[in-house]
Amino acid sequence: MTNVNIDVHHVTRVEGHGNIVVDVENGELKKCEWQIVEAPRFFEAMLRGRPYYEASHITSRICGICSVGHATASLRATENALDVEVSEQTQLLRKLLFHGEMIDSHVLHVYMLVAPDFFGAGSVLPLAASHPDVVLRALRIKKLSGDLCAMIAGRHTHPVAMRVGGFTHLPGEKELLAMRERLVAARDDMDETISLLATLPWPQFERETEYVSLQQEDEYAFIDGRIATTDGFVYNLADYRQVTNEFMVPFSTAKHTRHNRQSYMVGALARFNNNYGQLHPRAKAAAEALGMKPLVTNPFLNSGAQAVEMVHCIEDSIRLVDELLDRGLKEEEPYRFEGKGGEGVGSCDVPRGILFHNYVIDDEGLIQGANCIIPTNQNHGNIQADMEALVPQIVDRPQDDIRLTLEMLVRAYDPCISCSTHLLNVEFV
Amino acid sequence: MAQNGKPKVAFFDFASCEGCQLTVVDALQTHLELVEAVEIVQFREAMTEKGEDYQIAFVEGSCTRKQDEERLKKIRAQAAIVVALGACAHTGGVNALKNLQPSLQDVRQYVYGDKWEWYDSYPARPISEVIKVDAFIPGCPIDRFEFLDVVKQVLLGKAPSIPDYPLCVECKLKENVCLFDKGGTCLGPITRAGCGAICPTYGDGCEGCRGLIPHPNENAMKDVLEKAGLTVEQLMSKMTMFNAFEPAQAKTQADV
Repeated sequence: MTNVNIDVHHVTRVEGHGNIVVDVENGELKKCEWQIVEAPRFFEAMLRGRPYYEASHITSRICGICSVGHATASLRATENALDVEVSEQTQLLRKLLFHGEMIDSHVLHVYMLVAPDFFGAGSVLPLAASHPDVVLRALRIKKLSGDLCAMIAGRHTHPVAMRVGGFTHLPGEKELLAMRERLVAARDDMDETISLLATLPWPQFERETEYVSLQQEDEYAFIDGRIATTDGFVYNLADYRQVTNEFMVPFSTAKHTRHNRQSYMVGALARFNNNYGQLHPRAKAAAEALGMKPLVTNPFLNSGAQAVEMVHCIEDSIRLVDELLDRGLKEEEPYRFEGKGGEGVGSCDVPRGILFHNYVIDDEGLIQGANCIIPTNQNHGNIQADMEALVPQIVDRPQDDIRLTLEMLVRAYDPCISCSTHLLNVEFV
Repeated sequence: MAQNGKPKVAFFDFASCEGCQLTVVDALQTHLELVEAVEIVQFREAMTEKGEDYQIAFVEGSCTRKQDEERLKKIRAQAAIVVALGACAHTGGVNALKNLQPSLQDVRQYVYGDKWEWYDSYPARPISEVIKVDAFIPGCPIDRFEFLDVVKQVLLGKAPSIPDYPLCVECKLKENVCLFDKGGTCLGPITRAGCGAICPTYGDGCEGCRGLIPHPNENAMKDVLEKAGLTVEQLMSKMTMFNAFEPAQAKTQADV
């Protein structure tokens, strides 16, 4: 009978520290754990007593990859707590900035963290010599998305110009026009990306789960909306705890969540499954080229959904730039605190999935309580459940093959462990 | 040195957002030749290979647990040169904000409830509190051009020079209107320059992420902030966002 001992200590090409531990004795699965070993950072506790306007700057530091997403969710929580209305101009700029981060994060994940597995490489570095066109394309897309964020907020990692109620800086018309040209030119790179992904041999593994994301009436939702699940549930943002139901497990410094089943999935694939109808036609064509149509239940195809979203975000960015150019940008009066606090929830569907920030602010403008629920935390339970289902299907393969497949599974979720504390390591003990 | 004569470099991370390592990856967009100049033997966030024979170690993140000290000391024992990468490693960064809370037990209970004892944590500190550090690259996140500059200097065998003058110098060179004249507040007068004054340039006051200049006049800074209309709570918050770490405090708070 088969014995398998896998112990991947600190899984690589993911953000943060996690381990995979698998122990199969005589063909029987004894242990299969997705362990999070990242040092906890306690952001929620640190926010207490700080002025409300610092929250988005402090919480963007939860994550270097999705700092715009954290800042946006944080601002929406504060704005909901303080009854701040934001202008249409601010909403358009935030959406455009958000698309920049979405593309930046997805290109990093698809090209630099996932693709090396399909080229038999340990990282993207050897591909620079063997497949220079692929690497240069990835760097080109990444530079475009980084520059898009910088145009609006000064930089992508830890954006500067975002504040409660609006922006401290506006892009100029010339910058917007130049960016529009680059976005249009990026269509070729998107086509190449989809063609490349269509050739990759994605591992075959199906396990249906509950898919959870934001949803809106009239657009593919990234900022605000309601919480929707493929099991048919819909919630207002204020009721987010009814979805997340956080709990702790002893082998992980990250909290887990569950809703209608033992676990649920968030991220690009969840958004794709919930909101496919609102994708741009070019993005739908990309999905077709990848053979994807809801309901997609192979978690490895989360990377495919990310590529589809990149196409959508390029197209929607072009539309947003046009709208901003049409309207013209004008300076707006900054928000002034009026001595009345409150409680608010803010939510965005960031690259790795739905994110919640929830603050209580007192009448002095100081934060009295905070709660942040991070996408990767919501995926930990689903990763664990996938591993438990996948290991018996592949247990007869060579151990190195099992290890690689499990690492690829974890990577497919694009876990952001420094967000969820930090996470990744495959251990076969 | 590797057989090809290139110095071997490794990247490590402790409590952080990994944004500084991402900035290193971003530096490749414009400086792909970087990978020609050195041999990267370990970079968990970006590669699977794991070499332990490095000469130069870049360390991102703060030390926040007793068990992390051992890993830091191992890195120090191997590397000829240790570089602190970014604010968390350099000053403790935002991680040290938790040190300002009433007690670490309270902090752990607030986040993890009755399971708080499962999660180790002690006062966050810069890595220089645990091991000797040869150079630092300040900022939250690091500036990618400063990173490239430091790498160049280290490869030439020089001690990297980081500005020790205040941010106001760079802000003036950018011809920005002073934020205090526009009704804002800023830590530029006491903060170490080198970021090109990016925050004031984008309309937001400096928050001190690069650490303070040598011999800063903090009391005068507080007076200026108070005159600009900040309450005591607000000005203390501003002063501590990236500079909350106090060596004495880390020693007196129980290591739990």
